[in-house]
Amino acid sequence: MERNLTHIALFAALIAVLGLVPKIDLAAGVPITAQSLGIMLCGTVLGARRGALAVLLFLALVALGLPLLSGGRGGLGVFASPSVGYLVGFPVAAFFTGWLMERTTLSVGLAAGLSAVIGGIGVLYAFGIVGMSVMLDKTLSEAAFLGMAFLPGDLVKAVIAGLITQSLARMRPGVVMSRP
Amino acid sequence: MLTLTSPVEIWAHGMPAGPKLALMAAATTGLFVLATPVALAVVLLATATLYATGGARFAGAGLRLLRPLWPFVVVVAVWHLWTGELTGGVVVLLRMISAVALANFVTITTQLSDMMAVFQWLARPFRAFGLSPRRLALAVALTIRFIPVMLERMTRIRESWSARSPHRPRWRVLVPATLAALDDAERVAEALRARGGAG
Repeated sequence: MERNLTHIALFAALIAVLGLVPKIDLAAGVPITAQSLGIMLCGTVLGARRGALAVLLFLALVALGLPLLSGGRGGLGVFASPSVGYLVGFPVAAFFTGWLMERTTLSVGLAAGLSAVIGGIGVLYAFGIVGMSVMLDKTLSEAAFLGMAFLPGDLVKAVIAGLITQSLARMRPGVVMSRP
Repeated sequence: MLTLTSPVEIWAHGMPAGPKLALMAAATTGLFVLATPVALAVVLLATATLYATGGARFAGAGLRLLRPLWPFVVVVAVWHLWTGELTGGVVVLLRMISAVALANFVTITTQLSDMMAVFQWLARPFRAFGLSPRRLALAVALTIRFIPVMLERMTRIRESWSARSPHRPRWRVLVPATLAALDDAERVAEALRARGGAG
């Protein structure tokens, strides 16, 4: 019981920290913010239920008025902005990522990378695009066009989520809770 | 840890948080019913007046909170100038700015503890699923406490990277950061159990 609670709370903190630290370089020297990577890691490391709850806790803190979203955004205003679809999609994305992770028999790294692509990009974008379509009064295909700007960066983040999860599993077997 | 609550105290700080949130939710719903530029412009003007009652410093802080919206403003403006459907663009922009500004108004005039009390009240129906208000408060407190701890550790990991490499830190710095979070979670769980559990 306590283990679940502390893992959820500390991964919520991890998502916040990944949005607050200075940008990290990709191999090619392209800086990225790592917040959506945190969402993917919640799924790949904690599994479906705990991962989704960690993301929900993080969103609760944002709604409470803490400026924890990347770029120092926060408060109730972000839930009224056109990016609200992505925020709603965050916990669902973490859940699906974890759900897939718990069910595949692929090697940890590959499973984490693929789960992150399907959950952290596929599911998240579906929510984000519907959100933008409603808030900006655009058709779904027009909103999808706007949303594609972030696809290359997010694909790289999914690969990194896979690599991190694999490293964790190698360094400390048993620490990846989605693969008991 | 800084919250977004405005240091400039205005009349709205004295309002109870629950009704303030309910009013904001009603106003935001209303925004999506209105569909003419004139009506929405009136709402935006009213919102601006709301901020103006707090004085120049308060209103300035409110404006700064709207800054993250600029990419959307640019995209919508360019889009509608290109398609020539200007009324639609004006409606979307007015609605978006009013909705975000109203929600921000509630956030910057409400103390974190008051907002937390509303959240605990809203979470009561979930008690059946094991989410007691006490447990929720404990999780929130743990997260808030560990954000500065993890930031500090992340800075140290980046510094040790910089001591060894001429390049900026790459994704590998995230492995020890994540592992440390997992280790902390185990230790805090033990400490909680030793003190009688999470309740």
